[in-house]
Amino acid sequence: MTDVIAPPVEAPPVETHEPTEPHPPPQVPGDGHEPHGGGHEDHGPTGILKWLTSTDHKVIGLSYMITSIVIFYISGIMAMIMRLQLTSPHSSLLSFAQFNALFTMHGSLMLYLFAGPFAFGGLANFIVPLQIGAPDMAYPRLNALSYWLYLSGSITMLMGFFVAGGAAQFGWVAYAPLSSATSSPGAGPDLFLMGIALTGFSAIFTGVNLCGTIFYLRAPGMTMFRMPIFTWNMLVTAILILIAFPVLTAAVVMLFADRHFGTHIYTAVGCHLVNGLPMRSCGSPLLWQNLFWFFGHPEVYILALPFFGIVTDVLPVFSRKPVFGYKGMVFATMAIAALSTGVWAHHMFTTGAVLLPFFSFLSLLIAVPTGIKFFNWIGTMWHGQLTFATPMLFCLGFLFAFLMGGVTGIMLASPPIDFATHDTYFVVAHFHQVLFGTAVFAGFAGVYYWYPKMFGRMLRESLGKWHFWLMFIGFWVTFMPQYVLGLLGMPRRVASYPSNLGWQSYNIVSTVGAFLIAAGFAFLLVNFVVSWRNPIPAGDNPWDGHTLEWATTSPPPHHNFTHLPPIRSERPTWDYNHPDALTVPHGKDAHNGHANGKVKETV
Amino acid sequence: MTGPPSDTPESPAPGRKNPRRRAAVAVALGALLLTGCQLPTFGAYKGATTQARSTFHLWQGFFITGLIVGGFTLLLITWAIFRYRRRKGGSDEMPVQTQYHTLTEITYTVLPILIVFGLFAATVLVENKVTAVEPNPYTKIHVYAFQWGWEFEYSNGVKIIGQTTDAPTMVVPTGETVQIRLDSYDVLHGFYVPEFNFSRYASPGYSTYFDFNVLHDGVYRGQCTQLCGLYHSLMFFNVRSVSPSAYTTWLRVTDAYQRSHPSSIGQLPADLHANQNGSVPSYSGNTGNSGNSGSGNTGNSGGALYGD
Repeated sequence: MTDVIAPPVEAPPVETHEPTEPHPPPQVPGDGHEPHGGGHEDHGPTGILKWLTSTDHKVIGLSYMITSIVIFYISGIMAMIMRLQLTSPHSSLLSFAQFNALFTMHGSLMLYLFAGPFAFGGLANFIVPLQIGAPDMAYPRLNALSYWLYLSGSITMLMGFFVAGGAAQFGWVAYAPLSSATSSPGAGPDLFLMGIALTGFSAIFTGVNLCGTIFYLRAPGMTMFRMPIFTWNMLVTAILILIAFPVLTAAVVMLFADRHFGTHIYTAVGCHLVNGLPMRSCGSPLLWQNLFWFFGHPEVYILALPFFGIVTDVLPVFSRKPVFGYKGMVFATMAIAALSTGVWAHHMFTTGAVLLPFFSFLSLLIAVPTGIKFFNWIGTMWHGQLTFATPMLFCLGFLFAFLMGGVTGIMLASPPIDFATHDTYFVVAHFHQVLFGTAVFAGFAGVYYWYPKMFGRMLRESLGKWHFWLMFIGFWVTFMPQYVLGLLGMPRRVASYPSNLGWQSYNIVSTVGAFLIAAGFAFLLVNFVVSWRNPIPAGDNPWDGHTLEWATTSPPPHHNFTHLPPIRSERPTWDYNHPDALTVPHGKDAHNGHANGKVKETV
Repeated sequence: MTGPPSDTPESPAPGRKNPRRRAAVAVALGALLLTGCQLPTFGAYKGATTQARSTFHLWQGFFITGLIVGGFTLLLITWAIFRYRRRKGGSDEMPVQTQYHTLTEITYTVLPILIVFGLFAATVLVENKVTAVEPNPYTKIHVYAFQWGWEFEYSNGVKIIGQTTDAPTMVVPTGETVQIRLDSYDVLHGFYVPEFNFSRYASPGYSTYFDFNVLHDGVYRGQCTQLCGLYHSLMFFNVRSVSPSAYTTWLRVTDAYQRSHPSSIGQLPADLHANQNGSVPSYSGNTGNSGNSGSGNTGNSGGALYGD
């Protein structure tokens, strides 16, 4: 069904110095009470059958997003229960086993089943074809397979709670040999591993699909360096997926073999017997860590780059400017991806078995491209005309959150400081600030930003602001005390702690913050319900967007576009709607104002 | 220029010994260090060992760098938000559609690289000091971690074992180099003493070594930091530092006791140094069978053991 290439494009004028007549907006606002776009003919089945059988990237993307947000809420509830447990040093709310299962599943759900699939399965699936003017993903059936593998993997992992012995209790990293059959018997760990394997394949297929789509299905005129940064970041993410996820899947299969087929790949059986020296035939628990983090650190950027992309798309729209340093942004993304494959052992500094200076230097170096991105974001706002709709608020929240998480990340890249804080709440606070900054602040910026495109209805601004401010305040109240706890020496993954060390008050504050965040997310649910019951029609382009997805109806028709605006820069919809405000390529031309602005020709 | 801050007069500041190191640290910390030598701790422990002190000073350097860089960025973001917001009744004129400013972009690429080099130089110097292993340490202790406790084996055969609620205490000589060889009997564990600003995994099948020199007599609490199963939360231990002479005595008396009572479990000779530090509970230790508890140190083993 996707032999169809991009729909016919308006013949691009050859001379593009002065766009003559402002065109009318490409589309008229849609009718809000009829969320089906455009009045085109319908394709395939409707109702539940549509959701079950569709290969349309928009349907699959929405399935992905809905599933992952449900998982996000489940995982969030687990976090609330754990925070309640920690309000008292020796709480009897949970048993040790229950607590261990909860943080294992909280981390696994958030990292394997929410943040990644939400970004590259959900948002990217929906948005990337629209942003490059493609009718669908390159391999629609593979796309459907990805989703169903993801859903079955998610259910498999969650089933762990319903088997004897409960869900896996060895942390989302499943460190060997704690994850061996001896230390963690039962079906829960096996379901966990199978869940990862299934979602791992799902991610690999999505990565293939995104690469194919971006390389081969761009509309005429959409050169690589005219792609929106979100699409660029998704391309780099897809490549990282192809680097990282096969390693994880293979490592998990080997762990499964260790558990069931008597291999000793990750065990150290007998290693102690020869005068403390490892026997030649014994396996290596450290191998698991190397393999896992060879996946795990690119994974961190698989969970970050898509969200950087969202921010880079949203900030320009609400600053009414092009993204500052577009090419620098692209190269910074590539640099981050390249470096991310060479820093995995910074998770292993305290093993005493890795080359500290090498991994430390590369880890510190990641600060450079990340810093470039930061200053580009600031440069985008600089001299702009900022308005603060909900998506923009969430992006600004991301900037503050990620700044703090980034600075503490630099500290942790230094092995001596890592020795002092490793596996304490300092690290917990650090990675929550990073991942919460990206996957939650930026992720939900994307939800608020693209929801009108997905459903043709607006979310309520007032409810969105309640959501933002509760979450923003809650974020700092939750995680700042955790830095202090970490510096005081509170280890992570403990269900109880000594009562006489002064840790309780910090934990209580942190729990209060967590519930503020939860309250914020209650407003999001209300917002969804309100927008569904009393829709406010969004129109095609409610934010005065820059990129191609805003040139079609909301929601887009079956193959996305009935026609496309000419694509002569990285923001065709803006150029179409504001032909008198084209990009000024260099700062030194700025004094000429927009009157002399030239269309960039990069072909 | 002044050297790196030394917060307490009796602490040997690491910078004093080596001008090269001092220069590198100064590069990393920048001008702020030059203004004073009483920097705040920024929430971290000053460190109870010489190695920990080095880490602490590195922490201060990173924190200050983070404050400057992070603060500057924060300022820019906040300024952009307030200065460039669309004002009510303000002009609706289209902002200039600037996309590139090469000089600015080069600046904010090169400057961070320079900062990274400075941070890396300071890191390497401190890291080499913290991970250095002496060929001839004053004493060697072989630490075995297990689910869910610790075994400390001294070179003369003395063993201290304890688990969960019966936390063992490792006795070490103050001021001398103690070399730990760390192993695990089962799964990964983390040997972590907060006031030593140091942790190290105990991995089965892979021995690691590290040194520390405790600065002052005292008891320092330790805990397992790497998730190791059901009772990970309860895997405590203590490190008790006493004068070298008291340490030698303790080692000799304990050795004699353990040799003469091979079957008696969990009984140690009377606490030799309780009078030196009133707040210190008796160190405990079960010899031999770790499964036996209920004797030795009872209660309060996990906390209140800061050796100030």
